[in-house]
Amino acid sequence: MHTKVIKSIDVESVRKQFPILDIMVHKKPLVYLDNAATTQKPLAVIDSMDKFYREYNSNIHRGVHKLSHLSTSQYEKSRQTIQGFIKAAEPEEIIFTKGATEAINLVAYSYGLMNLGKDDEILISHMEHHANIVPWQILCQKTGAVLKVIPINDDGELIMDEFYKLLSPKTKIVSIVHISNTLGTINPVKEIIDAAHSVDAVVLIDAAQSVHHASINVQALNPDFLVFSGHKVYGPTGIGVLYGKRAILESMPPYQTGGDMIKSVSFEKTIFNDLPNKFEAGTTNIAGAIGLAAAIEFIDSHGIENIAIHEANLLNYATEKLSQIEQLKIIGTATKKSAVISFVLDCAHPHDIGTLLDLEGVAVRTGQHCTEPLMKRFGIPATTRASFAVYNTYEEIDVLYNSILKVIKLFS
Amino acid sequence: MSEINELYQQVILDHNKNPRNFGIIDDATNTAEGHNPLCGDQIDVYAKVESGKILEIKFKGAGCAISKASASIMTTLIVGKTVAEAKGLFDDFINIVTADLSDKCDTLELGKLAVFCGVREYPARVKCASLAWHTMMKAIQKSELDDAPVSTEDMEITI
Repeated sequence: MHTKVIKSIDVESVRKQFPILDIMVHKKPLVYLDNAATTQKPLAVIDSMDKFYREYNSNIHRGVHKLSHLSTSQYEKSRQTIQGFIKAAEPEEIIFTKGATEAINLVAYSYGLMNLGKDDEILISHMEHHANIVPWQILCQKTGAVLKVIPINDDGELIMDEFYKLLSPKTKIVSIVHISNTLGTINPVKEIIDAAHSVDAVVLIDAAQSVHHASINVQALNPDFLVFSGHKVYGPTGIGVLYGKRAILESMPPYQTGGDMIKSVSFEKTIFNDLPNKFEAGTTNIAGAIGLAAAIEFIDSHGIENIAIHEANLLNYATEKLSQIEQLKIIGTATKKSAVISFVLDCAHPHDIGTLLDLEGVAVRTGQHCTEPLMKRFGIPATTRASFAVYNTYEEIDVLYNSILKVIKLFS
Repeated sequence: MSEINELYQQVILDHNKNPRNFGIIDDATNTAEGHNPLCGDQIDVYAKVESGKILEIKFKGAGCAISKASASIMTTLIVGKTVAEAKGLFDDFINIVTADLSDKCDTLELGKLAVFCGVREYPARVKCASLAWHTMMKAIQKSELDDAPVSTEDMEITI
C-alpha cells in the first residue's frame, strides 16, 4: 500500500530552481503573479532542452543513426512520463500537439466533423476560454449542430440544475473547463462526465489550468478527451497534450496529413500510421516534448498534492488580504476554487492597475483573459488577475496588497 | 514613484476624474465610434463641423485613465480649430506617443500635449492614448472626404 507523504514546500529552495525569479523589473524584485497565463521554467526544463540541442538533436522515427535513436527514445520516454502523470492506460493515448488549443481543434475537426450532424448539440459553459468556444462554433457552422451554454451563478459556479436540463439524447459532445482561468472555479467534472455518458455524449475536459494543481487520473475520472498545454505546467511553449481513449482515437480520421503519420504512400492510396503517430504529422516539437517531461518530473519531485496545499494556502492568504480592501471586489467566489484571484477596483481601470503594479515589479494579467462572454456575464469590461504557482510566497502577496493600496491612493 | 508620475501626471489624473466635454452632442454633424477590442475600451466622438471649423466636440465612453484623459484633453485642444489644424495636432500627438521626441518634451514646445510624453515608454498603453485621437480623425474626415450631408452612421475603429 502506497502512502502519500504530505510535506510542506520549501519555497526558497524551489525558487532557486527558477533563474528568472532573480531578475529586477523597474528596479524592483520581480513578483510574478501571472501564472495562469504561463508559468516560469525551472532549470531542469531549460537544461533538458539545452542538452537536446547540444548533444543529440536529430529527427525522430526516421533515422538509423545513433542520434536519431537517442532523440526518438527520449521523445517516446516523454510520452510515457505524461502517460504516467495523468494515469492513462497506454502511451499511445497521449498525442503531442502544440498546445491545448490545437488539441481542442483536433477533436472538433476530426471527431466532430465525422460524428456530428444537423440539430445535434454541443454543450459548453459560460466560463469557457475562447479556445473552448470558437472551435465548437465553427463545427456548428459546418454541421448544423447547435451550441448550448451552461449558465453560471454570481459566484462563478456552474448551475448544475441547468446543466441537467440542457443535457439530452441530442447532446453529442460536452466540452468543459476543469478550472476556470479567469475565476479559478473548480468544476465538478466527474459528475458532468458521468451524466454526459448516461446520454452517450463524449466529454472533453480542458485541463489547461488544472493538471498542475490537482492530481488527475484519467482512468478514474473517465473523460473521453482531456487537453492541456506544456507552458502552463512549468514546461516550454509550443507543446501540449491531447489525451483520448484508444477506441475513440482509432475511429477518428487524421487532423493533419504529411510525413510520419503514414504507413505507406503511393499516388493512388495512403495508409495512415497507427496511434499516436496518426495525429502527429510532420516533425513535431521534439525539444518541447522533452522539456514538458522534465517539467512533469519537476512537479512529481515536489509532489502535486504538496504543491496544491501550498497554492491553497497562498489563495486563502491573498483572499483574506485583498478582502480587507474596501474598494476591491473579487470576481469569482466559488466554494471550490483554485489559486486565481480576479478583481476590480471602483476607482481604477484594470489596465491602469496593471501598469502601476508593473512599476512595483508585480506582473499580473489585465483584460478579458480570453473569456469575453464571462466579462459580459459579470457586466465588467475586464479584470485584474493574480494567479499563484509553487514558487510564490506570502511576502509577494504583501507586495501585491501594498501596491494595490498605492493605486487606490493615486486614483482617489 | 517617479516612473509612475511620468505616465500618470496630475493633469492626466485630473482629466480622468473630471473629463472635459464629456457627453453627447444631439445635433452633431460628425460622429465616430472607437473601440479597442483588446481591452474593451470604447470612446465615441461627436463634433459639430461647419465650414471646415470644429465648433464643438464631445466624447462619451468608458476606458482606462489614459484613454479617458487623452479623449478629454483632445477635445479641449481641438475645439475651435479647423479640420486642417486638427490633423496637424493629430500628427503631433501620434509622434509624441510613438517616436522619441524627448528634446521637445523637455522644452515644453509641445504645450498641453507634453503630458503624453511618458506614454511611449509603455508600448502596451499607446493604443489606450491614441484611441480618442483616431476616432476624432475618423469623425472629422468623414465630412471632408465626401462633403455630403453628415451621416450619423456608426464607424468602428480598430487600432
